[in-house]
Amino acid sequence: MTTALGPRAGRPAQPRQGGAGASPARFSDALRCEWAKLTSVRSTWVTLLVSLLLGVGVGALISYLAGSHYATGGFRGRAWDPTAVSLRALTIAQLAIAVLGSLVVTSEYGTGMIRTSLTATPRRGRFLSSKAVVFTAVALVVGEIMAFAAFLLGQLAIGSNAPHTSLAAPDVLRAVIGAGLYLALIGLLSSCVGALVRNTAAAISSMVALLFVLPGVVQALPASWSNVITEWWPTQAGSQVYSLHRSAHTLSAWSGFAVLVVFTVIVFTAALWVIEHRDA
Amino acid sequence: MIEAVHLTKRYGTTTAVDDLSFTIEPGQVTGFLGPNGAGKTTTMRMVIGLDKPSSGSVTIDGRMYRDLPAPLREVGALLDAKALHGGRSAYNHLRVLALSNGLPLSRVDEVLKMVGLKDVASRRAGGYSLGMSQRLGVAGALLGDPGILMFDEPVNGLDPEGILWIRQLMRSLAAEGRTVLVSSHLMSEMALTADHLLVIGRGKLIADTGVQEFIDLSSAGTVVVRSRDDNLLAARLAEQGARTEPAVGGGLTASGVSSSLVGEIAFAAGIILDELTPQRASLEHAFMELTKDSVDFGASPSELASVGTDYPTTDGSR
Ligand SMILES: Nc1ncnc2c1ncn2[C@@H]1O[C@H](COP(=O)(O)OP(=O)(O)O)[C@@H](O)[C@H]1O
Ligand SMILES: [Mg+2]
Repeated sequence: MTTALGPRAGRPAQPRQGGAGASPARFSDALRCEWAKLTSVRSTWVTLLVSLLLGVGVGALISYLAGSHYATGGFRGRAWDPTAVSLRALTIAQLAIAVLGSLVVTSEYGTGMIRTSLTATPRRGRFLSSKAVVFTAVALVVGEIMAFAAFLLGQLAIGSNAPHTSLAAPDVLRAVIGAGLYLALIGLLSSCVGALVRNTAAAISSMVALLFVLPGVVQALPASWSNVITEWWPTQAGSQVYSLHRSAHTLSAWSGFAVLVVFTVIVFTAALWVIEHRDA
Repeated sequence: MIEAVHLTKRYGTTTAVDDLSFTIEPGQVTGFLGPNGAGKTTTMRMVIGLDKPSSGSVTIDGRMYRDLPAPLREVGALLDAKALHGGRSAYNHLRVLALSNGLPLSRVDEVLKMVGLKDVASRRAGGYSLGMSQRLGVAGALLGDPGILMFDEPVNGLDPEGILWIRQLMRSLAAEGRTVLVSSHLMSEMALTADHLLVIGRGKLIADTGVQEFIDLSSAGTVVVRSRDDNLLAARLAEQGARTEPAVGGGLTASGVSSSLVGEIAFAAGIILDELTPQRASLEHAFMELTKDSVDFGASPSELASVGTDYPTTDGSR
């Protein structure tokens, strides 16, 4: 076959002018590109499905079991929090969102796609920011769907065996919306961690450590230390936004959330610095 | 046009690219030749901004790659055919690239047709053979219809049909007036495709020359001669500044001297010659000679320049 290059084939040798005059690539192009990337691999759909199954499915199961053990389980008065019960499975589902958040960045490095991506979008800040915007938006939508579905199904599953609540009750709507916001931030944080470590396993391990292991380890410290650390630990503080009640040594819903936001912004800034300064 | 000025890249204590200066002109295929580990890939990575130079710079028509408004419209690079997400179809891979630079999606179908992947475009790119991956990589490079193309060892692992295709492609791209830079560690490959050569060894520029000059340079002054008195002839040749060593199968190999001069010297000394053969060193041989020098003592420009070929000046202008 000849290597016909369409309209250009057969043109006599002459210096060509480069793409001067062509329309420049914009941030919106990078956003469209990242959206196409996200939606064109199967792992995205699988991970989102898994996170919904965990958050909503397991949530309903937990709610049903908690409801049916209400009479015998020693829940009375303030110990029984139907909102918390229905959202409990989000602590597991957040891991699936974190996995997807990491993959969005680390799969670029794992597959070598990063070299092609940065060739197409050499402004690395634009590359990472557009990725973060697209993924955070997706995580927010999925997170809110998950939070509302888990809450509503959970209240149904608690059934008539135990007291349940509704979105109209004080602070409940804030908690459910907050749960979706929290999940979106965890996803974004995980993407940034992925950009820092450039490896899927390392990113997910870091997130597991941040979310589960280290907060547990902190409990072994003397109370004077562990109370302060628990109060300010970014992911713990952030989870206050979907909690109705403040126990001792916790921040208020929005202060806690602000701590997680600030922490995520710091990690995002670090990720921007690293991607800008390290060779691809 | 690609222009490198004192381009240098160090990884820890390794200097992968060492003070390279060159200009790559449009309308011809420039072969980027050097043994494995010479720094070809590193140089190309710096051209497209994947690696940051330790010092010096490289520009595309006077601008840094990252400052190009729509880089795929100006430079098409195929450095690693496997640098993609294997879970994406070829079509989606190219669509993603087109979107990133605001290219019309109709280009995706056009380039898929050009490289002959139209019928398999919906298959996962991860399942492609190396030959198909190379074609997909070429499609990605051509997507923005760029004036500058860069291919890193494009024929590696290809079957003969694929090799022929790549060669023709590069020649036709250059014939259209584009700037084409193609790297290889095989001299024979370059002889078939390149008009101009940029030879590097150990990160240093060894030669920046036309392919024909390169052959002429490296075959200059090697003559195999057999005579009735090799010892005397060797002595006479040495007096004239030529170097000799025993040739394989008898006789002498003389270098730094033309065959006609060997004949004159023998005649003057009254030595009967049985054979007098100027050696046309192969390109491969020439390449080995040059890069061996760079490995052993580093290329000395004055030594090379004395043979009369066009060597780079330090600022890369020629
Ligand atoms: N990321 C890296 N880290 C450390 N050394 C590297 C890296 N990339 C390349 N090198 C070294 O730089 C030199 C040039 O490599 P390369 O540019 O790949 O050569 P070529 O493409 O000509 O075979 C080699 O010695 C290689 O080991
Ligand atoms: Mg290489």
